Amino acid sequence: MKIDDLEKITSEDLGGLPSVERRNFLKLGLVVTGMYLGGSVLSLTSVRNVYGAGVVPEVGKYPYNPHYSMVIREKLCVDCERCKEACVKTNHVPAYGFRTTILEKRRSLGGEKFETTFMPVLCNHCNRPPCVRVCPTTATWKDEKTGIVTMNPDRCIGCKTCMTACPYNARYFKEETRSVDKCDFCFESRLSKGQTTTACVEACPADVRVFGNLADLKSRVFKLVHAPETMIWVLRPETGANPNVFYINS
Amino acid sequence: MNNLLAGILPQAGGLEASGSGKYSAAMGLLALLSVLGVAAGVHSLIAGHEHTFGVSRGVPWGILIAAYVFFVVTSTGLCIVSSVGHVFGFENFNPIAKRAVFLSIATIVAGFLVIAFEIENSWRMPVGNVIGANLTSNIWWMGTLYGAYLFFMMIEFVMLQKEQHKIATAFGLAGLLTGVAAHSNLGAVFGLLNGREFWHGPYMPIYFITSAAMSGCVAIIFFTIIAYKANGWKMSEGMKKSMESVAKMGALMMAIIIFFTIWKMIAGVTGNPPGKYEAIMTLLTGSYALNFWVGEVLLGMAIPFAVILVVRGRNMNALFVASLAGMVGIFVMRYDLVIVGQLIPSYHGMGLVDYPELLSYVPSLHENLVVLGGVAFCGLCFLMGEKLFRGHVSEHH
Repeated sequence: MKIDDLEKITSEDLGGLPSVERRNFLKLGLVVTGMYLGGSVLSLTSVRNVYGAGVVPEVGKYPYNPHYSMVIREKLCVDCERCKEACVKTNHVPAYGFRTTILEKRRSLGGEKFETTFMPVLCNHCNRPPCVRVCPTTATWKDEKTGIVTMNPDRCIGCKTCMTACPYNARYFKEETRSVDKCDFCFESRLSKGQTTTACVEACPADVRVFGNLADLKSRVFKLVHAPETMIWVLRPETGANPNVFYINS
Repeated sequence: MNNLLAGILPQAGGLEASGSGKYSAAMGLLALLSVLGVAAGVHSLIAGHEHTFGVSRGVPWGILIAAYVFFVVTSTGLCIVSSVGHVFGFENFNPIAKRAVFLSIATIVAGFLVIAFEIENSWRMPVGNVIGANLTSNIWWMGTLYGAYLFFMMIEFVMLQKEQHKIATAFGLAGLLTGVAAHSNLGAVFGLLNGREFWHGPYMPIYFITSAAMSGCVAIIFFTIIAYKANGWKMSEGMKKSMESVAKMGALMMAIIIFFTIWKMIAGVTGNPPGKYEAIMTLLTGSYALNFWVGEVLLGMAIPFAVILVVRGRNMNALFVASLAGMVGIFVMRYDLVIVGQLIPSYHGMGLVDYPELLSYVPSLHENLVVLGGVAFCGLCFLMGEKLFRGHVSEHH
């Protein structure tokens, strides 16, 4: 092929494409990508900033006031289940569900001997609640004043994502209200009516459960989790949920 | 209305569906199963899942979620496969594109049908999703984006029928981007749950997109071959070439999934990561070993991959076997993914007495009927589509 022939051939590169066309295509791509990127970034951000390095927030750095929390003095629990009964009665919990329950731990002491400990569990009212993050309709949220993880039954679509997200199995689906139900530290049944403690705390004969405002330096919960020589732990800390139910060994 | 439809439905040309008694019988059976599924779903909504479903407090997501994931994975995959030709201009993929777009709509609608009965109060969704929109919720993004995706795919399909290829391509691209975003968010619904070790991590969204592409290839081969066999149509050379290309793309995706799965298993066993190890062992040697080895590995990966390679994507009968095995295997993959992820109880490994090491879940009759109804509905749409749109033939490009 001679150079003269080559010159006659029309180029097949993109030079023939009007630049408006290219710009429009790029713009469309940018807009769509930007929208989704924005959404993905949003979906990755946590619900709110949380302070404190250990399991107990640093003194003075509480996201809420009152910052409601519960201290469980695990060793004292004898599994009498009065807390469960009181909860069922106060919060109309159906027979197939529970807001709080008691688990049994057993440790071998060598030979035939065992040590049994009872571990009450309930909603941990986490500072970074996984259930709240995943709810598509904000039917569950962290109350801005008290930090209590609350439910609005009328908003719940029943997708049960919060149930799979909760690391503590604290949620169940209540047929009667057609919504997920959970412990609200008795906010609806008691606290909002002027009472100062939860039904389970009041019912406990062994003083296992202590409820109060962690942000109040004079409260019992504050003193318990700041007492010297006390072992304090929370359940499943690895999930990063920052629970507000503290377990102590004294 | 008639004018509108006339613009969309091809009046002549294409392939004539056989109007035989068998065809009507198949339509009748699928319609009956769809109605039965909807009836079971409605009954479970009224009676309550507590009494009709096998799900529980510990395992709140059952086979309906698995079926939903299966349908939307397939839909996203079909969208990806259709866009290879229509949006990105690989001509080999053009002959299957119209059918793929149609089926991506049919499968997502079947998915919505199934999930409508899994969500206990789906009627609260339209209002709740708007006034309560939670931008940190992956399930919100997934639902919203899939809504938009359905809209884009429907416009794309209508524009394809009207031979408006420029607009169809634009909406196809929008559908593809929305579908990929929605689908990766579905992966994130599982992957971003810190308390569920089996799911947790960046692996899920990536895995979901790759398996979508694989499912799309398998599904379009499956449905195209059924359409041609059932109606006695003869495949054009272009269509055969197209099937070969799709099969090869499917095999590539399978190779990636096999690679992923091998490393997921090794990572889940090495160093016994708490929570994850127990779930992986349930699949490898435990109560889900049959599902894993026969369903996932043999049917979902080994058979389709090997068959496609052996026949080099050229033998239609062999491709049908590969796609059938693939469809069943992929369903088992979705089922295991959803169920096994929930089987490890919250307080595992704490030395608790009278506390299960592993939860259990068995789908109830109601749940199985709803899933069957969803599958039948999808089949019904497929058969109707073949007849109404005359074999989804692409006339010219």
